[in-house]
Amino acid sequence: MIRLVTQVSQIRSTVSDLLITKGRGVVTAIPYGWLLVFFLIPFLLVLRISFSETMFAIPPISPIVKWGSDMVLQLNFNLWNYHEILTDQLFLATILSSLGISLLTTLVCLLAGYSMAYSMVSVAPRWRLVLFLLLMLPFWTSFLIRVYAWVGLLSNTGIINSTLMQLGLISEPIQLLYTKFSLVLGLVYCYLPFMVLPIYVSLEKIKPEYKEAAFDLGAKPWTVFWRVTVPLSIPGIISGSILVFIPVVGEYVIPELLGSSETLMIGRVMWTEFFNNRDWPTACALAVVMLVIFVVPIMIFQRAQAQQQLLSEDEHAA
Amino acid sequence: MAKAKKLKARDLEVWQDPKAKPYICIENVTKRFGAVTAVKNLSLDIYQGEFFSLLGGSGCGKTTLLRLLAGFEAPSSGRIYIDGVDITDRPAYQRPVNMMFQSYALFPHMTVAQNVAFGLKQERLPKGEIQARVEEGLELVQMVNYMHRRPDQLSGGQKQRVAMARSLVKRPKLLLLDEPLAALDRNLRERTQFELVNIQETVGVTFVMVTHDQEEAMTMSSRIGVMEDGQLRQIGEPHEVYEYPNSRFVADFLGANNTFDGVVVAEEKDCSHIESEDLGCKVKVAHTELPLGSHVSIAVRPEKIMMSKQKPDQSENCVRGKIQDIAYLGDVSIYHVRVMLDIVLMVTVTNRQRVMNLDVTWDDAVYLYWETESGVVLNA
Repeated sequence: MIRLVTQVSQIRSTVSDLLITKGRGVVTAIPYGWLLVFFLIPFLLVLRISFSETMFAIPPISPIVKWGSDMVLQLNFNLWNYHEILTDQLFLATILSSLGISLLTTLVCLLAGYSMAYSMVSVAPRWRLVLFLLLMLPFWTSFLIRVYAWVGLLSNTGIINSTLMQLGLISEPIQLLYTKFSLVLGLVYCYLPFMVLPIYVSLEKIKPEYKEAAFDLGAKPWTVFWRVTVPLSIPGIISGSILVFIPVVGEYVIPELLGSSETLMIGRVMWTEFFNNRDWPTACALAVVMLVIFVVPIMIFQRAQAQQQLLSEDEHAA
Repeated sequence: MAKAKKLKARDLEVWQDPKAKPYICIENVTKRFGAVTAVKNLSLDIYQGEFFSLLGGSGCGKTTLLRLLAGFEAPSSGRIYIDGVDITDRPAYQRPVNMMFQSYALFPHMTVAQNVAFGLKQERLPKGEIQARVEEGLELVQMVNYMHRRPDQLSGGQKQRVAMARSLVKRPKLLLLDEPLAALDRNLRERTQFELVNIQETVGVTFVMVTHDQEEAMTMSSRIGVMEDGQLRQIGEPHEVYEYPNSRFVADFLGANNTFDGVVVAEEKDCSHIESEDLGCKVKVAHTELPLGSHVSIAVRPEKIMMSKQKPDQSENCVRGKIQDIAYLGDVSIYHVRVMLDIVLMVTVTNRQRVMNLDVTWDDAVYLYWETESGVVLNA
């Protein structure tokens, strides 16, 4: 009888062990499956299109694999699109200009976002919620309406210009809208929370003792900020900057609504290639080039970090 | 050099000298946090080279007092002087005071050497001197070999040493220690206690330590201040505070104590006779002058009570009881003896004594007795 009971309980525990290990597998499989279906496969499609030619067809691209007349299997990798992107001045200028605008936006976001995050950490907890709400509240209205609101503010007949003219400070409206200024302003406005939140998280994690210890050792407030607070919030600065920089490079809507037609941005060029010129391969090749530009530095950075960690662990073990 | 100059406040007992000038003066300091008063009108003098411990339970205000000395909090009223200079309104970074944090607070993004050098860099010393003093500091705590490690690669004890070096290289006039040993395991803690005292005697810096552990305070300090509710209940050398607690709180806080009430019935030179209804016997206490008829509390430490089956030849300080419980603690055993219906006295007996000549066990009737010098009258 007792033996039976122990056997039953043994079986039960094996079953539950199995469920747990399988369960773990299922839980990790879901996000990986998601990435596979919604990221990797579309990317492979983009990659494939980037190697084809434009054709009058539906879809407007040439096939890569083709049966020739004499039972010849042809694989056509058309590298012309890449060649065009890397040699054509227009594309090069677009990439550089996009990166430049994005860098500027990231810097402005970093300066504004860091001080916002810092003040959120510094105030009493009950004010934190208020500041959070002020930061997030605009996000509850539609993105398009918020961007259009800037048009209303900045245009030649907009609130800013008409107020200045009524006050007699200017006689003619200043061109604010459709300039680099309005573009960066709109980008900063929309992407600021992505900078503030990671920095807030890393600032909040810094134990107050570190700052106190620095004060105690004779460091003045400014030194404490630069030598203790900033270095300890670097993880937040890095992730915030990545979260702003990468999507801004490919941003389409804000440059379209607020930017000048002369400011070249990748998103707009891709749109033109895709929908106006119906040149899918060039647009896709452009997407792949941008991906390489972003992913390769990040991978190198991560590798370096992992190696450093490994090194320090070795040192510790020794 | 440092050794030759070493100031032995511990041996000189400067606080006994009425002409001695205190080094740190805390004058009527009060600290309020909203409705809570953490430190209440507290005054304290500490002398140069002392190892002073603030002892008390959590929330007694000892840490707040330490933070007031460090400059992390500003007092609501009162002044603080160090070496004759009023530092009450000086920010933490302009005080000749350094603190060792309970969590050690080593900067995680700097190596051990960079951590120790941080404070010296703030003084804008030449590079060569900084390096020499960092090495000297790490030498003192035997951590030179770990110079290039990062704090997360150190054990708790090693972190503690680095934190010590980091605050001592600044050559402060006062070093504050916030529960310096609380994060260490028991064995290491005992070893470190002696090391800390040695370092303190070597460098001659005045130490103020906060602790809740009475044993720690007793082994390390030159004097102890027992705190309760934002006030100092008693200040004295370890043996004074232990042997002659002035209040029930201090007596209880410094280890288990037997306390009972009584009324003074007679006064003699150097001693008082007290009738204790609690205990059902007469008690004689030395070194007191008490008004006749006053109600007093008396404390007798468990290790000062003797126990036997035979009636001792003294009528005072002697009660009869029944053993209710025996707790074996290894080095000693604690006997719980019920004397009256609601009074249980604790008696500790070292195990050598127990094995040699004590044949008592549960439910045995025994006599408990103690010497006149063993009882202490508590004022509050």
